[in-house]
Amino acid sequence: MSERTLFVHGNQACVEGALYAGVSFYAGYPITPSSEIAEEMSVRLPANGGRFIQMEDEISSMCAIIGASLTGRKVMTATSGPGFSLMQEALGYAIMAEIPCVIVNVMRGGPSTGLPTQGSQGDVNQARWGTHGDHAIIALTASTHQALFEATVRAFNLAETYRSPVIVLYDELLAHMRERLTLPEPGDLPLVERLRTFVPGGVDYRPYLARSDGRLPMSDFGGVHRYNVTGLYHDMWGFPSTDPVTVNDLLHHLHDKIVVRTGELESHREYALEDADTVLISYGTPARSAMQVARKGRDSGHRVGVLELETLWPFPGQLVRDVCEKARIVIVVEMNMGQIRDQVRAAVRAPERVFLANRVDGEFIKPKDIGTVIRLVDGHGV
Amino acid sequence: MAIENYIRKRFFPHIWCPGCGHGTVLNALLRALEQLGLSKNEIVMVSGIGCSARISGYVDVHTLHTLHGRALAFATGVKLSRPELTILVPMGDGDALAIGGNHFLHAARRNIDITAIILNNRIYGMTGGQFSPLSGCGIQATTAPYSTIDHAFDVVELSRAAGASFVARTTTFHVRELEKMLVQAIRHRGFSVVEVLSQCPTHFGRRNKEGSAVDMLKKLQSKTVPLNSRKLELDPSLVPRGVFVDQDKPEYCELYDDMVARSRVEVEEQGQPVGADARKEV
Ligand SMILES: Cc1ncc(C[n+]2csc(CCOP(=O)(O)OP(=O)(O)O)c2C)c(N)n1
Ligand code: SF4
Repeated sequence: MSERTLFVHGNQACVEGALYAGVSFYAGYPITPSSEIAEEMSVRLPANGGRFIQMEDEISSMCAIIGASLTGRKVMTATSGPGFSLMQEALGYAIMAEIPCVIVNVMRGGPSTGLPTQGSQGDVNQARWGTHGDHAIIALTASTHQALFEATVRAFNLAETYRSPVIVLYDELLAHMRERLTLPEPGDLPLVERLRTFVPGGVDYRPYLARSDGRLPMSDFGGVHRYNVTGLYHDMWGFPSTDPVTVNDLLHHLHDKIVVRTGELESHREYALEDADTVLISYGTPARSAMQVARKGRDSGHRVGVLELETLWPFPGQLVRDVCEKARIVIVVEMNMGQIRDQVRAAVRAPERVFLANRVDGEFIKPKDIGTVIRLVDGHGV
Repeated sequence: MAIENYIRKRFFPHIWCPGCGHGTVLNALLRALEQLGLSKNEIVMVSGIGCSARISGYVDVHTLHTLHGRALAFATGVKLSRPELTILVPMGDGDALAIGGNHFLHAARRNIDITAIILNNRIYGMTGGQFSPLSGCGIQATTAPYSTIDHAFDVVELSRAAGASFVARTTTFHVRELEKMLVQAIRHRGFSVVEVLSQCPTHFGRRNKEGSAVDMLKKLQSKTVPLNSRKLELDPSLVPRGVFVDQDKPEYCELYDDMVARSRVEVEEQGQPVGADARKEV
């Protein structure tokens, strides 16, 4: 077997995924619990021909990766809550100007400086709505190192495919726990490379004119096409515009290119859902506990199943609705005050059957925490 | 290449008010590019937000019109990724030194090969005449109805202290000098700053009773003198113009390449790098 198996922490799994995907530019600013990503990148990128820069803050980190992406590189930054807050304006720029980039947010307890060294999933809604204005975004998550590796690769693929920033969200617990990671061979996982225009130099290139499949071929800064990139509403040449039709079309395009593809973008794992009357919906490390609860429940004859979400945004409402159709109770297991619970309630036919099993004290959600909620709601333990 | 070749005709007419100094800077910049004879494909102009930042749209190079204050951060990403490109960053005084002050300091500190042009009209033009960190005390602005009490930065001293390896100052009155300085600044390898004292007749001029654009230009002429001149000796309250710093100093992207070379040697000697796999607090 030529595959390499490592025993690593989650942040390294994320780095390995990014390198596998072909990241060649990283800009960042240190913050717990994400700093190991920057440290690892500072070792690996210079050695493989890539670029690493420690910027003066997270604002500039986000800006620098956008600049580098426009020259044709696959780019990424990583941070945690306070830094993610600082990135929001430039994240919106990347959405507006359609710049492929990957942003990792290793979630710690907030608000503010909060709980720097402990886990949380408090930034789920921030990932969705942190930057101002109407927009759509893709955010992925994972509960194991192997899945995190794959989610990171997928994030780069989606960023290139949709010319969009993609956020990878995971909690501090995953970041710092150690487990096995098997590195796939090159070619095992599909990679999406930058789609570049075929329009030759001297011929009018329209950077914001979509092909029939919706993709927008790019041209690297420094290449033969000189065009304008702006955070203002713009036409297909990138020229600022306030023409109502142009503005309306662009916002619809930015929204639709992601929201219309919710089904395609959706990714999940499931366990014993076919006949489940108790559905646990979870993501990230809490999904590991949910899984244990379901296994134990099944062993003692209870019909418990798990839906583990790996795409948080766009929220897979249809999937959730279908899965919950026959459920007597639905329990959302997460480390926040119910951010995904609210999404689930909005998606299902019977929102009154949706409950929350959470912890917001920085501690891991244990199977018995979930068991307690089931007992409260349903009157029996599992 | 004729100067019209550097212009994007599609973008005109420009958005600036009659008599605005920004057009003069655009003109000088185009002439400087013509003199330098650079290929347009090798030039990237990155700007932030403000009247001054709109310069980028009018020039037929790769243009990146970004966020208020962040142009240098975007530019740093472009430059480190493609060091062979020439990077020009025109900025307003608020753009460069209020909201963008930290990026300015750090770009200068790294001595990354970028030419920063500060169009200093001592006011926020685009948002309608609020004071800026370069207004100085005693200025009328929409947010200083009783006149400003904020001291101003000295761009030259600030740039020098932060580590810029080329620093110059002139005005929109001294067009030939401006052109020459821009040529020098763009040729210089390292972080270059050109401060251009400029006029915003619409907001600064009107509110501070400085008269028309022509009157404001005359003032720029009379209040500034060449560096090391007799006039400056006689009247130190005048503002010096000239090249203040022109220094040979290791440039960031070159240092990066050196570091890559060192990392290669280490990998050869010690094998694959292992991760910096330690847990740190906050
Ligand atoms: C984050 C953010 N804050 C504030 C603004 C509003 N704003 C736009 S331009 C500007 C100042 C412009 O002044 P200056 O940079 O001096 O350039 P000028 O317009 O005078 O050329 C401000 C405050 C903004 N666009 N973004
Ligand atoms: S408001 Fe001032 S800075 Fe802006 S275009 Fe008019 S004159 Fe120039």
